[in-house]
Amino acid sequence: MNAPLRTPDAATDALVHVRNLTVDFLGGRKPVRAVGGVDFDLKAGDALALLGESGSGKSVTLRALMRLLPEKRTRIGGTVRVDGQDVLALGRRSLAAYRGGTVAMIFQDPGLALDPVYKIGDQIAEAVVRHEGASFAKGRARALELFERVHIPSPARRLDAYPHEMSGGMRQRAMIALALACKPKLLLADEPTTALDATVQIQILLLLRELQRDLGLAVIFVTHDVGVAVQVADRVAVMYGGHLVEVGASGEVIGTPAHPYTHGLLASRITPDSPKGLRLATIPGSPPDLADPPPGCPFEPRCSLAAPPCRAGLPERVAVAPGHAARCVRIGEALGAAPHAAA
Amino acid sequence: MLTFVLKRIAYAAPVALGVSLVCFLLVHLAPGDPLSAILPVDATAEMQAQMRAAYGLDKPLPVQYGLWLWKVLQGDLGTSIATGRPVLSEVGRAVSNSLILASVATLIGFTFGTFFGFVAGYAQDSWLDRAASAIAVFGVSVPHYWLGIVLVIIFSATLGWLPPTGAGPQGSGNWWPDAEHLRYLVLPAITMSVIPMGVISRTVRALVGDILHQDFVQALRAKGLSEFGVFKHVVKNAAPTAIAIMGLQLGYLLGGSILIETVFAWPGTGFLLNAAIFQRDLPLLQGTILVLAMFFVTLNLLVDVVQTALDPRIQRA
Repeated sequence: MNAPLRTPDAATDALVHVRNLTVDFLGGRKPVRAVGGVDFDLKAGDALALLGESGSGKSVTLRALMRLLPEKRTRIGGTVRVDGQDVLALGRRSLAAYRGGTVAMIFQDPGLALDPVYKIGDQIAEAVVRHEGASFAKGRARALELFERVHIPSPARRLDAYPHEMSGGMRQRAMIALALACKPKLLLADEPTTALDATVQIQILLLLRELQRDLGLAVIFVTHDVGVAVQVADRVAVMYGGHLVEVGASGEVIGTPAHPYTHGLLASRITPDSPKGLRLATIPGSPPDLADPPPGCPFEPRCSLAAPPCRAGLPERVAVAPGHAARCVRIGEALGAAPHAAA
Repeated sequence: MLTFVLKRIAYAAPVALGVSLVCFLLVHLAPGDPLSAILPVDATAEMQAQMRAAYGLDKPLPVQYGLWLWKVLQGDLGTSIATGRPVLSEVGRAVSNSLILASVATLIGFTFGTFFGFVAGYAQDSWLDRAASAIAVFGVSVPHYWLGIVLVIIFSATLGWLPPTGAGPQGSGNWWPDAEHLRYLVLPAITMSVIPMGVISRTVRALVGDILHQDFVQALRAKGLSEFGVFKHVVKNAAPTAIAIMGLQLGYLLGGSILIETVFAWPGTGFLLNAAIFQRDLPLLQGTILVLAMFFVTLNLLVDVVQTALDPRIQRA
C-alpha cells in the first residue's frame, strides 16, 4: 500500500531515510491526519524540494523530521532515520544534541524566528556553547566566521545588532548562519524566501545553493513556488493532501509531469512568455478536509481525469521513468494530455 | 544610556510642576474655608483677617502658589494644623513606613505572581493553569480590608500568633528591621500582597502563553536548547512588561492603601491621609498628596529606565 516511491536498495546509504511517516493532530473532535504515509530518501549533499500548497503537509513533514511539533497534541508514526539515528526514538538529551547538531532549520520569517531581545551574535554563540561545550568567546568567534561566510557586510558590527535592527534579507542570512553554527549535515528550510522581497529572494537562494555545494549539506526545501524548487533542488517531491503524489528529478517533474495535480500546479503559473492579460488556469475545488479525507486518491474530487478506480484506495506508486514516479492510476492519460509534454 | 536617563528626567520636570499646581489648588478647590478648622466658631472678622494674613491667604493665587512652591523646593511643606509639627517630618515618617509595607507586599506579590503566572502560562488549559488562575482571580477580586480582618481573626484573635495592629510594640510609630517589628509587618504585608500577586500573575500568564507560541521559541528548540535554556529566553522576553507592572503596582500600594493601613492601624501615608481628611488638616493633606504624587512620577521614571535597559526594541531616543 505505502510502498516507497524510490527504489528501496538506495535506502541503506541514505542520510535521511523516511518510511511511512504519518502525523496526526489530536485534540480536536477527530484526529486530523496531516501527513498520511510519506516515504523518501535523501543522500548526503543532495537537495530535495517539497512542493505543495498550504495545508498539503509539507511543513508538518519537515517539523516531524526534527520532532518540533507539540508532543502532547501530535502523534508521529513510521520510521525516520537521519544519519543512522532513529529520530522518533531519541531521548530528551540525544534529541537536543540532534537538533542543531545533526539537523538545523531555517524558518519562513526570520523576523519572528530570532529572539527579539538577544543580540544576534549571542544567539549564535549560545548554540555553539550548547553543542560543543566551547566558551562563549569561542562561540562569538564562530559567529563572526559564519557572518563572513553568509556575506553579511561589516560582520563584526552586526554581531551586536538586535534582530529588529537588520533588514529582512540580512536577518535571513543571520538565520542561516545560526543554522550552520554547529556544522549540521542536513539543513531544513521552511519557505525561507517567502517573507522576503523578490530581489532578496534570489540572493538568499543563491547563497543556500552555494553553501549546500561548498559544505556538502543535504537540504530539504519546503516551498509552494515551482520556480524556487527548480532553482535550489536536484529532486522535487510534490505533496498533496498529506501524500507525496509525485517524485523525480526537478527537470523531469517540471518538464514531463506525470500526476494530474502537478499538471494543474504547473499550468497555473506565469512564465516569461505568457501573453499579457492571460487569465491564469486554476484547479477547481479546494484541498481535501484532512479530518475527513476522500477514500481513495486525495486529488480525486478535483481531478479532471477522475474515474471509479481512483476512489478504491490510495493509488500505488507507478514508475514513469527511472527515479521518477507518481501515485496515479491513470498515468498514461495524464501524460498524454500534458500541455507541457506537447510544448 | 546616560543621555537617555537625563532626557527622561528632563521630561519628568513639567509633570512634577503640573502635579504641584494641582496639589496647591486642592486647598482652594475644597469646599469650606481652610481656616474654619482652626478658628473658633465665634471668631471676629478681624481675627479672621489676621489669620488669613498669617497663612498668606490674603495674597492673589499666583503669588500664593509661587511662595508655596519656593518653600516646597526648600523642603518646607508647612505646619500641620492638627499637631503643630512640620508636615515634612510627619509625611517623611509615614512614607518610610508605607514604603516598607508596600515594598515587602510587592516583593511577596511579585514572587508568587510570577511563579503562578509561569506555571499557568506553561501549563495553559490544564488543571494547574486553572488552579493558578483561580488564585490570581481571588487576589484581584477579594476585598482586601475584609481579607485583613479575616486574617486578624485567625492569626491574632484565635491563634494569638501575631499582633493585630500597629507597626511595633507600644504603638511604635517607627518601623525598624528587628524581629519584634517584623512580626507586626507580617499580616498587613500578606494582605496587601494579594493585589499585586493577582495582577502580576494574570499578566505573566498571558505574556508567557504568547511568547511560547511565537516562532522563535520553536527556533530555539530547533537549535537544540534544553527546556531550561528556552525558559531563560522566555523570562528575558517577559521581564520588561512584568517589571513595568510591578513598578506601577508599587506606586498604587504606596498611595492607595488607605483601607489596609486603617484596618491594621499601620502609621503610613494611607493612615495619615485618612487622619488629615477627617481633621480637615489641609497643609498635611496637601503635603502628603504632593509627596505621593512625586513618588509616582519617580517610580514611572525608574520603570521606564529599567524597561529600556532590558528591552532593546524600546528606542533610547
